[in-house]
Amino acid sequence: MARVLLFGRLSDIAGWQERDLEGMSLFALRARLAEEDAALGQALSGPGVQIALDQEIVRGDAAVTARSEVAFLPPMSGG
Amino acid sequence: MITLTDQPFAPGELLTAFSLGRSETGAIATFTGLARAEAGATQVLELQAYPGFTERQIGKIADQARERFGLHDLAVLHRVGKIAPGEAIVFVATAASHRRAAFEACDFLMDYLKSRAPFWKKETGPGGDRWIEPKLQDHADIARWETTT
Repeated sequence: MARVLLFGRLSDIAGWQERDLEGMSLFALRARLAEEDAALGQALSGPGVQIALDQEIVRGDAAVTARSEVAFLPPMSGG
Repeated sequence: MITLTDQPFAPGELLTAFSLGRSETGAIATFTGLARAEAGATQVLELQAYPGFTERQIGKIADQARERFGLHDLAVLHRVGKIAPGEAIVFVATAASHRRAAFEACDFLMDYLKSRAPFWKKETGPGGDRWIEPKLQDHADIARWETTT
Protein backbone atom coordinates (compact mmCIF):
# COMPACT_ATOMS: atom_id res chain seq x y z
CA MET A 1 0.00 0.00 0.00
CA ALA A 2 1.26 3.49 -0.85
CA ARG A 3 1.20 6.04 1.95
CA VAL A 4 -0.65 9.26 1.11
CA LEU A 5 -0.02 12.41 3.16
CA LEU A 6 -1.94 15.69 3.16
CA PHE A 7 -0.53 18.93 4.54
CA GLY A 8 -1.91 22.34 5.55
CA ARG A 9 -5.47 23.13 4.59
CA LEU A 10 -5.74 19.92 2.55
CA SER A 11 -5.92 17.75 5.68
CA ASP A 12 -8.56 20.06 7.21
CA ILE A 13 -10.68 19.74 4.07
CA ALA A 14 -10.30 15.95 3.92
CA GLY A 15 -10.56 15.29 7.65
CA TRP A 16 -7.47 13.02 7.54
CA GLN A 17 -3.74 13.51 7.29
CA GLU A 18 -2.44 10.09 6.36
CA ARG A 19 -3.90 7.10 4.54
CA ASP A 20 -2.75 3.92 2.83
CA LEU A 21 -3.99 3.37 -0.70
CA GLU A 22 -3.08 0.74 -3.28
CA GLY A 23 -0.33 1.70 -5.71
CA MET A 24 -1.39 3.32 -9.00
CA SER A 25 -0.19 6.29 -11.02
CA LEU A 26 -0.11 9.67 -9.32
CA PHE A 27 -2.87 11.08 -11.49
CA ALA A 28 -5.02 7.97 -10.95
CA LEU A 29 -4.49 8.29 -7.24
CA ARG A 30 -5.53 11.94 -7.31
CA ALA A 31 -8.62 11.06 -9.39
CA ARG A 32 -9.51 8.32 -6.91
CA LEU A 33 -9.33 10.78 -3.99
CA ALA A 34 -11.44 13.28 -5.96
CA GLU A 35 -14.08 10.62 -6.63
CA GLU A 36 -14.42 9.93 -2.93
CA ASP A 37 -14.37 13.57 -1.85
CA ALA A 38 -15.21 16.29 -4.37
CA ALA A 39 -14.06 19.13 -2.09
CA LEU A 40 -10.69 17.47 -1.61
CA GLY A 41 -10.47 16.76 -5.34
CA GLN A 42 -10.98 20.42 -6.13
CA ALA A 43 -8.40 21.48 -3.52
CA LEU A 44 -5.82 18.98 -4.85
CA SER A 45 -6.12 20.46 -8.34
CA GLY A 46 -6.00 24.02 -7.01
CA PRO A 47 -3.30 26.57 -7.79
CA GLY A 48 0.06 26.04 -6.16
CA VAL A 49 -0.52 22.47 -4.97
CA GLN A 50 2.66 20.44 -5.52
CA ILE A 51 3.16 16.69 -5.23
CA ALA A 52 6.15 15.00 -3.61
CA LEU A 53 6.80 11.36 -4.47
CA ASP A 54 9.15 9.72 -2.00
CA GLN A 55 10.05 13.19 -0.75
CA GLU A 56 11.02 14.57 -4.17
CA ILE A 57 8.85 17.14 -5.96
CA VAL A 58 7.45 15.70 -9.20
CA ARG A 59 5.71 17.49 -12.04
CA GLY A 60 3.47 15.42 -14.25
CA ASP A 61 2.36 11.85 -13.78
CA ALA A 62 4.54 9.11 -12.26
CA ALA A 63 4.22 5.51 -11.13
CA VAL A 64 3.35 4.94 -7.49
CA THR A 65 4.49 1.63 -6.03
CA ALA A 66 3.30 -0.14 -2.91
CA ARG A 67 6.26 1.32 -1.00
CA SER A 68 5.84 4.89 -2.24
CA GLU A 69 5.06 7.92 -0.12
CA VAL A 70 2.92 10.52 -1.87
CA ALA A 71 2.48 13.96 -0.30
CA PHE A 72 0.17 16.72 -1.49
CA LEU A 73 1.67 20.11 -0.60
CA PRO A 74 -0.45 23.29 -0.72
CA PRO A 75 1.25 26.72 -0.97
CA MET A 76 3.99 26.93 1.64
CA SER A 77 4.49 29.62 4.26
CA GLY A 78 7.19 29.66 6.91
CA GLY A 79 9.05 32.22 8.97
CA MET B 1 22.91 23.50 10.62
CA ILE B 2 19.20 23.13 9.89
CA THR B 3 17.02 22.36 12.92
CA LEU B 4 13.29 22.07 13.55
CA THR B 5 12.08 22.26 17.13
CA ASP B 6 8.76 22.23 18.94
CA GLN B 7 10.30 23.98 21.95
CA PRO B 8 10.69 27.74 22.60
CA PHE B 9 14.27 28.97 22.11
CA ALA B 10 16.43 31.92 23.20
CA PRO B 11 17.91 33.71 20.14
CA GLY B 12 20.75 35.28 22.16
CA GLU B 13 22.06 31.91 23.28
CA LEU B 14 22.01 30.68 19.69
CA LEU B 15 24.02 33.70 18.53
CA THR B 16 26.55 33.23 21.33
CA ALA B 17 27.06 29.59 20.40
CA PHE B 18 27.22 30.39 16.67
CA SER B 19 29.89 33.07 17.23
CA LEU B 20 32.29 30.86 19.17
CA GLY B 21 35.68 29.84 17.82
CA ARG B 22 35.69 31.89 14.62
CA SER B 23 39.02 33.50 13.85
CA GLU B 24 38.48 34.22 10.13
CA THR B 25 34.83 35.32 10.22
CA GLY B 26 34.54 39.09 10.18
CA ALA B 27 30.75 39.32 10.12
CA ILE B 28 27.78 37.49 11.53
CA ALA B 29 24.24 38.59 10.64
CA THR B 30 21.16 37.17 12.32
CA PHE B 31 17.42 37.41 11.87
CA THR B 32 14.84 36.46 14.50
CA GLY B 33 11.18 36.25 13.53
CA LEU B 34 8.53 36.55 16.26
CA ALA B 35 4.87 35.55 16.23
CA ARG B 36 2.66 38.66 16.16
CA ALA B 37 -0.56 39.01 18.16
CA GLU B 38 -2.17 41.15 15.40
CA ALA B 39 -4.01 43.14 18.10
CA GLY B 40 -5.67 40.06 19.54
CA ALA B 41 -6.67 38.54 16.18
CA THR B 42 -4.06 35.77 16.57
CA GLN B 43 -4.12 33.79 19.80
CA VAL B 44 -1.91 30.98 18.59
CA LEU B 45 0.04 30.07 15.45
CA GLU B 46 0.53 26.49 14.44
CA LEU B 47 3.38 25.52 12.16
CA GLN B 48 3.35 22.22 10.34
CA ALA B 49 6.38 20.70 8.58
CA TYR B 50 7.01 17.53 6.57
CA PRO B 51 9.74 15.92 8.71
CA GLY B 52 12.78 14.92 6.70
CA PHE B 53 11.59 16.62 3.52
CA THR B 54 11.45 20.07 5.13
CA GLU B 55 15.01 19.86 6.47
CA ARG B 56 16.35 18.58 3.15
CA GLN B 57 14.62 21.30 1.11
CA ILE B 58 16.01 23.99 3.43
CA GLY B 59 19.39 22.27 3.17
CA LYS B 60 19.35 22.69 -0.62
CA ILE B 61 18.76 26.44 -0.36
CA ALA B 62 21.37 26.66 2.40
CA ASP B 63 23.89 25.11 -0.02
CA GLN B 64 22.94 27.74 -2.61
CA ALA B 65 23.41 30.50 -0.03
CA ARG B 66 26.82 29.14 0.99
CA GLU B 67 28.03 29.18 -2.59
CA ARG B 68 26.39 32.41 -3.74
CA PHE B 69 27.54 34.52 -0.78
CA GLY B 70 30.74 32.66 0.11
CA LEU B 71 29.52 31.92 3.62
CA HIS B 72 31.75 30.34 6.23
CA ASP B 73 28.73 28.89 8.01
CA LEU B 74 25.01 29.29 8.57
CA ALA B 75 22.33 28.18 10.99
CA VAL B 76 18.56 27.92 10.58
CA LEU B 77 16.33 27.04 13.52
CA HIS B 78 12.59 26.90 12.85
CA ARG B 79 9.75 26.22 15.25
CA VAL B 80 6.99 23.72 14.52
CA GLY B 81 3.82 23.10 16.50
CA LYS B 82 1.94 25.70 18.52
CA ILE B 83 3.54 29.13 19.01
CA ALA B 84 2.22 31.93 21.24
CA PRO B 85 2.43 35.63 20.25
CA GLY B 86 5.82 37.08 21.22
CA GLU B 87 7.65 33.77 20.90
CA ALA B 88 10.39 33.34 18.33
CA ILE B 89 9.41 31.32 15.25
CA VAL B 90 12.64 31.39 13.27
CA PHE B 91 16.31 32.18 13.78
CA VAL B 92 18.79 32.54 10.92
CA ALA B 93 22.51 33.25 11.35
CA THR B 94 25.09 33.69 8.60
CA ALA B 95 28.86 33.98 8.94
CA ALA B 96 31.12 35.51 6.27
CA SER B 97 34.37 37.40 5.92
CA HIS B 98 32.59 40.72 5.44
CA ARG B 99 29.25 42.22 6.42
CA ARG B 100 27.61 42.60 3.00
CA ALA B 101 27.66 38.87 2.28
CA ALA B 102 26.37 38.06 5.77
CA PHE B 103 23.48 40.57 5.54
CA GLU B 104 22.48 39.52 2.04
CA ALA B 105 22.63 35.81 2.75
CA CYS B 106 20.42 36.27 5.81
CA ASP B 107 17.91 38.25 3.72
CA PHE B 108 18.01 35.62 0.94
CA LEU B 109 17.41 32.75 3.38
CA MET B 110 14.46 34.51 5.02
CA ASP B 111 12.81 35.33 1.68
CA TYR B 112 13.10 31.66 0.80
CA LEU B 113 11.74 30.49 4.16
CA LYS B 114 8.69 32.76 3.91
CA SER B 115 7.30 31.36 0.69
CA ARG B 116 9.26 28.33 -0.54
CA ALA B 117 10.20 26.21 2.47
CA PRO B 118 7.84 23.33 3.26
CA PHE B 119 5.92 24.81 6.20
CA TRP B 120 2.21 25.37 6.61
CA LYS B 121 1.00 27.98 9.05
CA LYS B 122 -2.39 28.21 10.71
CA GLU B 123 -3.55 31.21 12.68
CA THR B 124 -6.17 30.72 15.39
CA GLY B 125 -8.06 33.70 16.79
CA PRO B 126 -11.50 34.69 18.05
CA GLY B 127 -12.80 34.37 14.47
CA GLY B 128 -11.63 30.75 14.08
CA ASP B 129 -8.79 29.13 12.13
CA ARG B 130 -7.13 30.45 9.00
CA TRP B 131 -4.33 28.95 6.89
CA ILE B 132 -1.79 31.57 5.87
CA GLU B 133 -0.50 31.56 2.31
CA PRO B 134 2.33 33.64 0.85
CA LYS B 135 1.36 37.20 -0.01
CA LEU B 136 2.20 39.05 -3.22
CA GLN B 137 4.93 40.84 -1.27
CA ASP B 138 6.52 37.50 -0.33
CA HIS B 139 6.65 36.45 -3.99
CA ALA B 140 8.09 39.85 -4.95
CA ASP B 141 10.71 39.48 -2.20
CA ILE B 142 11.98 36.14 -3.48
CA ALA B 143 11.88 37.33 -7.11
CA ARG B 144 14.57 39.91 -6.26
CA TRP B 145 17.12 37.09 -5.95
CA GLU B 146 16.15 35.57 -9.28
CA THR B 147 16.70 38.77 -11.28
CA THR B 148 20.02 39.87 -9.78
CA THR B 149 23.24 38.07 -10.60
